[in-house]
Amino acid sequence: MIVHFEPASEEGIASVVRSAAAERVTLAIVGGGTRSGLGNPVRADRTLSTRRLAGIVAYHPAEMTMSALAGTPLAEVEAALAANGQMLSFEPMDHRPIFGTTGEPTIGGVFAANVSGPRRYVAGAARDNLLGVRFVNGRGELIKAGGRVMKNVTGLDLVKLMAGSYGTLGILTEVTFKVLPVPPAAATVVVSGLNDAEAAAVMAEAMAQPVEVSGAAHLPESVRGRFIDGALPEGAATVLRLEGLAASVEMRAEKLVAALSRFGSRSQLDAGQAKALWAEIRNVKPYADGTARPLWRVSVAPSAGHQLVAALRLQTGVDAFYDWQGGLVWLRMEAEAEAELVRRYVGALGGGHATLVRADGEARARAPAFEPQAPAVAQLSERVRATLDPARIFNPGRLAAVA
Amino acid sequence: MPETIGFLKPRQAVLDRRPEIIADLADLLPEGCLISDERGLKPFETDAFLAYRRLPLAVVLPETTEQVSAVLKYCSRYGIPVVPRGAGTSLSGGAIPQEDAIVIGLSKMSRILDVDLFNRTATVQAGVTNLNISDAVSADGFFYAPDPSSQLACTIGGNIGMNSGGAHCLKYGVTTNNLLGVKMVLFDGTVIELGGKALDSSGYDLLGLVCGSEGQLGIVTEATVRLIAKPEGARPVLFGFASSVAAGSCVADIIGSGIIPVAIEFMDKPAIEICEAFAHAGYPLDVEALLIVEVEGSEAEMDTMLESIIAIARRHGVMTIKESQSALEAALIWKGRKSAFGATGRVADYICMDGTVPLSQLSHVLRRTGEIVASYGLRVANVFHAGDGNMHPLILYNINDPEDAARAEAAGNDILKLCVDAGGCLTGEHGVGIEKRDLMRHQYNKADLDQQMAVRAAFDPQWLLNPSKVFPLEGRPAA
Ligand SMILES: Cc1cc2nc3c(=O)[nH]c(=O)nc-3n(C[C@H](O)[C@H](O)[C@H](O)COP(=O)(O)OP(=O)(O)OC[C@H]3O[C@@H](n4cnc5c(N)ncnc54)[C@H](O)[C@@H]3O)c2cc1C
Ligand SMILES: Cc1cc2nc3c(=O)[nH]c(=O)nc-3n(C[C@H](O)[C@H](O)[C@H](O)COP(=O)(O)OP(=O)(O)OC[C@H]3O[C@@H](n4cnc5c(N)ncnc54)[C@H](O)[C@@H]3O)c2cc1C
Repeated sequence: MIVHFEPASEEGIASVVRSAAAERVTLAIVGGGTRSGLGNPVRADRTLSTRRLAGIVAYHPAEMTMSALAGTPLAEVEAALAANGQMLSFEPMDHRPIFGTTGEPTIGGVFAANVSGPRRYVAGAARDNLLGVRFVNGRGELIKAGGRVMKNVTGLDLVKLMAGSYGTLGILTEVTFKVLPVPPAAATVVVSGLNDAEAAAVMAEAMAQPVEVSGAAHLPESVRGRFIDGALPEGAATVLRLEGLAASVEMRAEKLVAALSRFGSRSQLDAGQAKALWAEIRNVKPYADGTARPLWRVSVAPSAGHQLVAALRLQTGVDAFYDWQGGLVWLRMEAEAEAELVRRYVGALGGGHATLVRADGEARARAPAFEPQAPAVAQLSERVRATLDPARIFNPGRLAAVA
Repeated sequence: MPETIGFLKPRQAVLDRRPEIIADLADLLPEGCLISDERGLKPFETDAFLAYRRLPLAVVLPETTEQVSAVLKYCSRYGIPVVPRGAGTSLSGGAIPQEDAIVIGLSKMSRILDVDLFNRTATVQAGVTNLNISDAVSADGFFYAPDPSSQLACTIGGNIGMNSGGAHCLKYGVTTNNLLGVKMVLFDGTVIELGGKALDSSGYDLLGLVCGSEGQLGIVTEATVRLIAKPEGARPVLFGFASSVAAGSCVADIIGSGIIPVAIEFMDKPAIEICEAFAHAGYPLDVEALLIVEVEGSEAEMDTMLESIIAIARRHGVMTIKESQSALEAALIWKGRKSAFGATGRVADYICMDGTVPLSQLSHVLRRTGEIVASYGLRVANVFHAGDGNMHPLILYNINDPEDAARAEAAGNDILKLCVDAGGCLTGEHGVGIEKRDLMRHQYNKADLDQQMAVRAAFDPQWLLNPSKVFPLEGRPAA
């Protein structure tokens, strides 16, 4: 029988961990559990949820920082910020649509998985916005790292290490992060009818303009109609977002349109459509289709994204769209996950990170969810892990993979 | 100046083998890459934290990653400490050597290897200076964002070592937010690559851990950094206030209003006087505090932003407003600020502190800083990055008076503790080095610090990389 722990305090978590470590019992760490069945399967004796460790601890809008307990629902964080005209600028995605799950995403889970969306280029990843953490390590000790100020170089940056560690190094109990004002205005320029390679060039050109593009995505014809109820103009859509003060956004949009005058036909979305569109890009709307068809999230250099897709197309059935100027590829496979193929091409195109986000049980058993690492890096990571979780009790199986 | 900060005792076994070690190193390196004579070693005995000096055993200046690897492999085999060094501009003593150590200087590795404008990245060797990166891409309309005031001299390797920032980091972030990948050599000589041109990489964020690790985890030989499109223009405005409190609350309101300027710099009265006397920048002398707020964008955008910012300043009773009407006037406004360190050096000897505080604590910390320094019978000038709470009190003293020096150091320690007690940190950009090593226990409890030290030991189990730095000498898990 699986025992389920839901401690309501840091000390409660620490004491569960201490006894688990003493008895060599392994723990699956769960926030809201919205990831249901992605990543490498965890085989643990017991589960520990942070659900009851919830609540905003401190929020200083004028300092642009918030501290919250790890189990705080993301929705609660976002509501508090919205009430003050602020936001999480890294735009974490909601995974429920692609997995068809119903849990409540937690702020701890967001940082534990380093989830970041379209604004990644200008606002950094989740980890760039994480200023401080408190966590329980595998010895059941409560550790504090970082702080609640924007700049801090005091000792080793364990904050970055914890971000994206998927609950394999420790259990986050409290996170302190940077928040930013919601830009008063936004505009989205659409360039229509480009193929993937042309789109990559247009996005690169747009990002090189002094107009501060805060989102650059390419939605090929195969997916275009599934965004904002088909309201995007005919043909593949290359979309570029500008944000800021109303006057600047207007001027920048004009400038951007002028700079891109030699490409495709250009139009602009109204604010409401634009907002919906970027949320749908973030949440991978086209592939939230109720199927379990294999879904990859591939991070490569922007110039390599469309080349990867073109190369794969010659070998197998894939559908894809692009965020991050072409450097984040959401790839859906028509049949098999084709892990070996995807990773071989990623390697050949200069390297990157291919994560198998969704797949059936069989495919997941065969392919590691995360990009395998070079042996020396994997060994080093393992030594680092041993200092945090020496008895290896947290989330066994979740991350491991060596080339 | 009396030495109050301890160093590790040099290993006699290493000192005894000096001639042999030098001969072996000569075999590992090409001609002209090894320094072992006292005169040659002299420039390496300290960095910009001038109070402490140690002559290293030898200095090597490798030309390739393979040579760095060969030297590290050798040093790990024979248990010889190694101190990585960029330009030696550290203000916390991070690059100060010790008698039994080999300094590995990266100055010969100063080539820009790849500029990729499509992906907006540059890959450079670790000894390339910060400013060189921006210079290399400036004509194409790009720049590398982190801009430490030492950017003319300091290297990207040293920037990574210290996770350096600068005046414009409020908008663009510090080194860690602009670093995409590194090639580095571990102490056993293993060469690893972390990150690359893709934004995300797999596994633990070892790159994030390496950035700011002060030469404790390995020697960076190459770095891939993010380039950013240059804004069309930048324009500063200068405000004078009757009190630090008014200036501080103006900063909070600007940020709270939803405008993120690229820089908000703060100077108190003593700093204004020192800088004005030196730079003749036209700073008002009848105010208690001064802010320089810089915005970026097109002319029209800057007008709009400055209008809002000026309205906010008026609400806080601003006494002087100087809008720059030309590039020349803009340069003059910055000239005063940028010469702060040099100008202060002409007035007195000083130590530059570097703590951070939450914005709401700024006025309180400024007031207490003044009281603390006065209680030691010394003077202080404050210039700092107000937007992100990074304080730089400059404590003025007389370096030739040992008692004065000891008082300055004690006042500095009290100020850093004050920052931590106010919810901030011991250092925002200059690093711990040797300077703040013994204060680490004030910010972290035993478990926190033991965890950091254990992670460090996972990279360098013998604890031989820059061993006297960052962590208190007692209570280390290894070595
Ligand atoms: C293996 C895997 C791969 C994923 N890949 C991606 C991806 O590529 N891109 C993306 O945007 N999102 C990804 N996600 C989804 C992301 O995790 C969720 O959007 C987010 O975590 C929602 O929070 P939650 O509370 O539901 O987390 P959960 O689904 O409960 O947990 C997510 C992960 O974080 C860990 N975790 C949760 N809370 C804590 C805590 N307090 N301390 C320590 N660890 C904790 C869990 O053990 C788990 O590994 C991935 C998730 C997993 C598990
Ligand atoms: C006048 C002046 C103004 C300054 N202004 C600022 C400022 O505005 N912002 C700021 O952040 N700092 C500032 N500094 C501090 C200093 O310039 C920075 O810390 C800088 O990053 C150090 O670079 P460096 O090449 O001189 O490194 P060094 O001083 O040689 O070394 C710094 C640290 O990094 C390590 N290191 C160096 N190279 C490597 C490498 N290749 N691999 C691994 N570790 C390495 C060293 O061991 C040491 O611990 C200033 C200094 C001066 C003198």
